[in-house]
Amino acid sequence: MFIALTTELREWAERIAEFARSEGLDFYDTIFEVLTVDQVNQVAAYGGFPQRYPHWKFGMEYERLRKQHTYGLGKIYEMVINNDPCYAYLLNDNAVVDQKTVMAHVYGHGDFFKNNTWFSKTNRKMMDEMANHATRIRRYVERVGLEKVECFIDTCLSLENLIDPHSQFMRRESPRSAVPRRPEDKKVATRFPAKAYMDRYINPAEQMAAEEREIDEAAHDAVGKNPPAPQRDILLFLLENAPLEDWQADILGIVREEAYYFSPQGQTKIMNEGWASYWHSTIMTNYCLRDEELITYCEHHSGTLATSPGRLNPYKLGIELLRDIEQRWNTGRYGLEYEQCEDMDERRNWGKGKGPKGRVVGCDSPGRQKIFDVRKTHNDVTFLDEFLTPEFVDDQKLYHYRQDPATGRMVVVDRDFRRIKQQMLFMLTNHAQPYIYALDGNYRNRGELYLGQRHVGVDLDIKYSVETLKSIQQIWGRPVHLHAVIDETPILFTYDGEQGTQQQIDESLPAPANSVDGSDIPKREPIGF
Amino acid sequence: MKIHKDHQRFRQIVKGKIREDLRKFLTRGELLGREGKRIISIPIRGIQTPHFRYGDNNDGGVGSGEGKPGDQVGEGDGPGGTEEGRHITEVEVSLDELADILGEELQLPRIKPRGKQRITSEKDRYSGVRQTGPESLRHFRRTFRRALRRQIIAGTYNPDDPRIVFERRDKMYRSWKTVLKPQSNAVIVYMMDVSGSMGDEQKELVRLEAFWIDAWLRRNYEGIESRYIVHDVRAGEVDRETFYHLREDGGTRISSAFRCAKALLENSYPADEWNIYMFHFSDGDNSSEADSRECCKLLKENLLPQCNMFGYCQVASAYGSGNFINVLHEHLPDEEEMVTSRVNGKDDIYDSIKAFFSKGK
Repeated sequence: MFIALTTELREWAERIAEFARSEGLDFYDTIFEVLTVDQVNQVAAYGGFPQRYPHWKFGMEYERLRKQHTYGLGKIYEMVINNDPCYAYLLNDNAVVDQKTVMAHVYGHGDFFKNNTWFSKTNRKMMDEMANHATRIRRYVERVGLEKVECFIDTCLSLENLIDPHSQFMRRESPRSAVPRRPEDKKVATRFPAKAYMDRYINPAEQMAAEEREIDEAAHDAVGKNPPAPQRDILLFLLENAPLEDWQADILGIVREEAYYFSPQGQTKIMNEGWASYWHSTIMTNYCLRDEELITYCEHHSGTLATSPGRLNPYKLGIELLRDIEQRWNTGRYGLEYEQCEDMDERRNWGKGKGPKGRVVGCDSPGRQKIFDVRKTHNDVTFLDEFLTPEFVDDQKLYHYRQDPATGRMVVVDRDFRRIKQQMLFMLTNHAQPYIYALDGNYRNRGELYLGQRHVGVDLDIKYSVETLKSIQQIWGRPVHLHAVIDETPILFTYDGEQGTQQQIDESLPAPANSVDGSDIPKREPIGF
Repeated sequence: MKIHKDHQRFRQIVKGKIREDLRKFLTRGELLGREGKRIISIPIRGIQTPHFRYGDNNDGGVGSGEGKPGDQVGEGDGPGGTEEGRHITEVEVSLDELADILGEELQLPRIKPRGKQRITSEKDRYSGVRQTGPESLRHFRRTFRRALRRQIIAGTYNPDDPRIVFERRDKMYRSWKTVLKPQSNAVIVYMMDVSGSMGDEQKELVRLEAFWIDAWLRRNYEGIESRYIVHDVRAGEVDRETFYHLREDGGTRISSAFRCAKALLENSYPADEWNIYMFHFSDGDNSSEADSRECCKLLKENLLPQCNMFGYCQVASAYGSGNFINVLHEHLPDEEEMVTSRVNGKDDIYDSIKAFFSKGK
């Protein structure tokens, strides 16, 4: 299916990899495939993979991409898959300079995939895994029929955002472990290792006693509760508790696994694209551009980084913020002394003449080291939270906009740093998706499922919520409830398999086993600066 | 390719042949095109599976660029997407292409001009570039890029004084191909009710609908003329600008518009030389039964026999009774030239266009 890489491109791929390594990038082996436009559209519709399970949503995406291309509305330049080896695609009718840019960009992504912590738990053999998923689902299609399987996939896809992205990095209480089955399984208070004479200072008795009490209370609370605490990974809760046939459970598991695989890409869009753009820019301008290619390169580079009103371009935001960090660390614009400096002139000129001239400053500069650290540990939320500065917001001409209730138009509100930062963080946190928890799997002792939304200032879309509730009911079998807050009033949405109802929540309604307030996320508080 | 099976299946769902249960999740208008200065959403069908998601009562977003508080932000669509590693650029599309997309999406047949076979006319279409040509056709962007490139290679480009001087060999000109097209002319007569009950919202719907009507008819005919008539209890011809912005108070007498249109056609557009399209937009709140009857009579005897199509588009309004559409159905049940549609919101516009043009007339 693939067109072979020409000798010229193969040589470029090797040379650019060398340049990238010499700058400190570290990536898995990268395999470039050359595709025709139609093939690129197909692979892109499959989310970058050559094999996916049969489903109309891929056909829908394919049609959109094809239309977009046919009418000149857009063109895909690059596509990379987080896999070991890394797979990347080149469009066969692109000019050589475009291919070189894409390669450099791809090595940037490759380095990010391999080194960024948020990707550390992703399956690096996903190419194979996706093909396995496809095979398994095709087998179910043969066994139970296309329509049945497709309907069930639709149901699962409607719940695919109900996962707990952080669970990959921490050990949440396993649902049953809070209630000890045997006395020796009972948890004990954490005791830090200490020499005997230091023990009463390092592990003070009253502290230990308090912790013991907490454990006892938790165990007491958890008796008979399922889940023992609010659970964000609703897909897991359904997998473990819903009455599913084996093929249904497997499909739900597949959808969940793929959702977890794609989740870090959503969490690091700005950083990932910024990092890749930083590197294609650095590598192209330092190593590989021939004079006559410059204009074409510049045109496409600036096209990639173009901004339009009302939209934040992740490529632009990412690369600019990384360059800003590099510049700040090269000129010493960080630390207490700098933070406390309130003289804007002094801040602007801080460390002037200290750092190396120009932007490209080699591998060993403190700024370069800093951005390598940043790409290792941060995701978009922490990246902006930590490094967005008033100067940067000013330089990038960022503004906060909202709908004018009188005219319905989107209008600029202001350029206030705090508001902009808060808005950006809100848009990025949890993907701008609501927080929904499973609170009780045996509500009113009738085997009904009770979900709750943690309200962080924005109401749910009622129409969509009711439809989604139907999807959950199809899996759960028994009636399902959703506790949401609409216009500051707590409302209970219920779907029992035949009809949906909603009612205001008051004391007369029995409470579920857990409440959203006991969940693991702190309420939205003003962000301190 | 494997994707074709998925694609086939998707098309069948959209057409309503299978999976009826998904039809309520059909969406439209995902692709954004740009025609001149305006951004246009192109109808492309999609299916959106429901998710728990936030409603629209959120706090807006963050953008970048110039602008004072209170300035309108471009018709952007919220925060940047979260698609996986790929990059899509936005380009301008011509009105012709937009019309093609519309035609394909709504599966509209090409219009067959009625009457005698017309004379074939020649038309030039710009289709490429070449190195010779008249200065008036110089392609500035291409020329500039070649000159810039030449200067950079020659080492005469100075970034501190970025002056680009064209030389003869830099210049690129648009070139054209001559295509033969059947010559046929059409006139569109737009009529709108501007009585008190037609508010800004209704006018916006009319404007959008008229934009697509224009686009589609222009794609199908060589020469198009548009005429505009507004009415409340009296009617008069106005220019395009006035048509969309005039606001009157008072009652509605639809027959006045029809009479005005009749006079217009008699004076300027004989039916054997022109393909005639008439569209009437109203909230359907005519002042009296008698006038409604008068309207039907005018339509039946004078207007319908002359025109390719008479489209009546009833826009929902908070005030109007919206009865006129029923009157038309009742009194003129079998008129092939007459097509009616109701538009309650932006989403209905495409259905309305489809209703108007699906017969290919």
